Amino acid sequence: MKNILKIDNIEKYYGNRSSLTKAISGISFLVDRGEFVAIMGASGSGKTTLLNLISTIDKVTSGHIYVAGEDITKLRGNSLNKFRREELGFIFQDFNLLDTLTAYENIALALSIQNVGAKEIDQRIKKVAKELDIYDILKKYPYQLSGGQKQRVASARAIITDPKLILADEPTGALDSKSSKMLLERFNYLNQELEATILMVTHDAFTASYASRVIFIKDGKIFNEINRGDKKRSEFFDQIIEVVTMLGGDLSDAL
Amino acid sequence: MLFKISFKNIVKSIKDYLIYFFTLVLGVAIFYVFNSIDKQTVMMDVTKRTSEVIDLMTNMLSGCSVFVSIILGFLVIYASRFLIKRRNKEFGIYLTLGMSKRKISTILFLETLIIGVFSLFVGLVLGFVLSQFMSLLVANMFDANLTKFQFVFSKSACIKTLIYFGLIYFLVMIFNTINISKCKLIDLLHANKKSEKVKLKNPVICTIIFIISASVLSYAYYLVTGGVEDLQSAEQIYLPIILGLVSTFFIFWSLSGLLLKIFMNIKGVYYKGLNSFTLRQFSSKINTTVFSMTIICIMLFITICVLSSSLSIKNSMTANLDKLSPVDVQFSKVLSIDDDNQEIKSDFNLSVIETLEKNGFDTDKNLDDITPFSIYKSSDLTLGKFLGSRLEKVEKQFKYLKYGREESIVTISDYNKIAKLYGNKEYSLEDNEYLVIADFDSMITLRNEALKEGETITIGSRDYVPKYKKCQDGFIEISSNHINDGIIIVPDDAIIGARLEYKGLIANYKSTNKKDKIATDEKLRKVIESTWNKTSLTSMNSKLDIAEASIGLGALVTFIGLYLGIIFLISSAAILALKELSESSDNKERYKMLRKIGTDEKLINKTLFRQIAIFFMFPLVIAIIHSIFGIKFAAFILETFGRDKLLPSIIMTAIFIIVIYGGYFFITYFCSKNIIKENH
Repeated sequence: MKNILKIDNIEKYYGNRSSLTKAISGISFLVDRGEFVAIMGASGSGKTTLLNLISTIDKVTSGHIYVAGEDITKLRGNSLNKFRREELGFIFQDFNLLDTLTAYENIALALSIQNVGAKEIDQRIKKVAKELDIYDILKKYPYQLSGGQKQRVASARAIITDPKLILADEPTGALDSKSSKMLLERFNYLNQELEATILMVTHDAFTASYASRVIFIKDGKIFNEINRGDKKRSEFFDQIIEVVTMLGGDLSDAL
Repeated sequence: MLFKISFKNIVKSIKDYLIYFFTLVLGVAIFYVFNSIDKQTVMMDVTKRTSEVIDLMTNMLSGCSVFVSIILGFLVIYASRFLIKRRNKEFGIYLTLGMSKRKISTILFLETLIIGVFSLFVGLVLGFVLSQFMSLLVANMFDANLTKFQFVFSKSACIKTLIYFGLIYFLVMIFNTINISKCKLIDLLHANKKSEKVKLKNPVICTIIFIISASVLSYAYYLVTGGVEDLQSAEQIYLPIILGLVSTFFIFWSLSGLLLKIFMNIKGVYYKGLNSFTLRQFSSKINTTVFSMTIICIMLFITICVLSSSLSIKNSMTANLDKLSPVDVQFSKVLSIDDDNQEIKSDFNLSVIETLEKNGFDTDKNLDDITPFSIYKSSDLTLGKFLGSRLEKVEKQFKYLKYGREESIVTISDYNKIAKLYGNKEYSLEDNEYLVIADFDSMITLRNEALKEGETITIGSRDYVPKYKKCQDGFIEISSNHINDGIIIVPDDAIIGARLEYKGLIANYKSTNKKDKIATDEKLRKVIESTWNKTSLTSMNSKLDIAEASIGLGALVTFIGLYLGIIFLISSAAILALKELSESSDNKERYKMLRKIGTDEKLINKTLFRQIAIFFMFPLVIAIIHSIFGIKFAAFILETFGRDKLLPSIIMTAIFIIVIYGGYFFITYFCSKNIIKENH
């Protein structure tokens, strides 16, 4: 089972008969285990819709999405929730941490809703905290943390359940460049050392250049796709910029 | 245009307004029901005496209405301030669009007006329906027959409701206008973004404060229960009240921090499901709501005490009546030696029967079970002398008793005749023995002190020793309460050394049905009233009188208790409900997040239920603990009314609380569930 994610010709329409908006019109691609894929596109290109569909927050109009061989478009109700908490890890632009809980408790929540015992929770949090370099801030509340720290806490919460797929929606969107770099290096670490599969949506070329593959979306369709291969990150970045320019400068605002 | 905006706003935020509206309607309805009681008694067949009691009750209820309207006024202002706060952003948008503050005030004004008019209308309709049931209750209270059942509508109560609530709404409008004119645009727009900093309290300080406030509270409890005998004047009651209020506040303050700390340390519980989230939600809120929790707790406490005490008074009064008024009538003639009136003086020599006969009342035809008795007094036997060596100690404890008062003395044969008729226990005495008959609890305790010591009493030149170490239960005078503070029963020949103070008589009426009894009663009263202080000093005390007075008093207390109790209950439940609902809308994002990381809907509902349950239960539990002591204290104050019937009234109170408070709880839960559900 090499493919962790298989997107099979999905479509998503909004609105009604009289005014139909095609957010996604016929997208198909595969993501292998241990890949770090970035999806790029301008505002309104459909990239966030795509992520919402994969994360089962939204439902497809037609087509299928398979995660580890299971068709998630067929899931309903509590099996959806079960899928979300056991197979997926989420990282959001605005962190989505609970401000009433400490960093530790925020991370613990992902495990406690899976009925993991308190002792095991503690061990796993300590391990992941070291990997993400947040061990010293576990006792702090979100309002005491910087944006980068918050995002690393959110990342810890996303990976602690050993999800098959980590979905990141503009993870660097609210961070300054230094924190962005730090976070993305952690992503690389997670990807390479822990073999986590990451699917990241971004409109920032710099962020995308950390991925092993970048898929470009325009008007709800796949426009282009480039692989990093053995290239250096800076070369890959230049290549991404070329594609962005080719896209018609739609992404220029993001640079 | 503005009207349209106002109307649409209400429809749009109906979820927020629902509980507010519900509370207003209930408030209006209850206000109407209790103010229309006088109208409801119109269809009842009541005696003149009862209708006087009803008049008194109507007056007292309308006095209470002023108080009630103040409470409701505060509630409405609180609620509307709350609802405005929730809509800060909306007002901010209006302002940025260039709408003037005056126009926003007008929108609010119109909204209040629409809700006010609507709630008044619905409330009055509901009140009208409820008052029909109420009239059944009223009739039942006064033991009256419903001569004819008709739908009554009280115009005066309706107008009164309109005026009072009109005034409340008017105040709210002024309040809203001031509120709006003071606020700044930047605050309005960013109102939602201000997140509250979670400060954990220092557990050591919490523990210390908790221990201190718990001991202060215990001391306050002690003052009103164990140490209640030391309360000598009305002002002294303020101390335990103030201590109770302050310590309640600090108990909430410290307990909230402490409980969180304790649960956090039980890792297995804390990191199970959404427990950590629930507890944190709870503690983050309680930091800011300790004050309102205290208020709600105190209001619930008052509700519980008022309801259960008032209901128990009614219960025990009716129960006491048959026990404490076993015969139809009792006369007593004072033999006051220093009267100048020769006719009265000559009447002293006649028995009560002779006096009645002389004034044209046929005793043989009307009365049955005629039992005359005499009460003696002696300057040798005062309360102080009765207490003997115990006097000094008792005097210190009860400064306000009259220790020079002469005791009532009755011979054993007189008492046994009465006891036989009443169905009470009969006694026998040796030549040198005496016993005490009493049923007033605190006097019994006091007298038992002396009896235990075997204090002898002296009448004439002879000494008597107590036969029993305790007072014996019983009474001579018929009444509705336990008011016999002690009668000394002595052997028949002991009264030689005492003087005759009262000539008494007890009897039953020969007639058996109520109507004829009332007729006999009236006949007797005429005789007594026409002779009183002219030719005789005979007075009468009839069971019918006692019954009417006690029923009237019972009903009066019950209605006032119900009125205030229900209003307090509604107000506190409504404050909690509004608070919880707005919390739920504030927490929408948090629940959304929980769903995103894949929390089951069931688990989310569970944590929501728990949160609301904790918030409703926390003040209630403390209020119940307060009430245990509060009711005890009330029972002590009201002990003459008897306290044997406390349990049923506590059950009634519990039913009220479960229905009203529980009702609010479930409405809050379901509305909250709805609020956090919409994730579009």
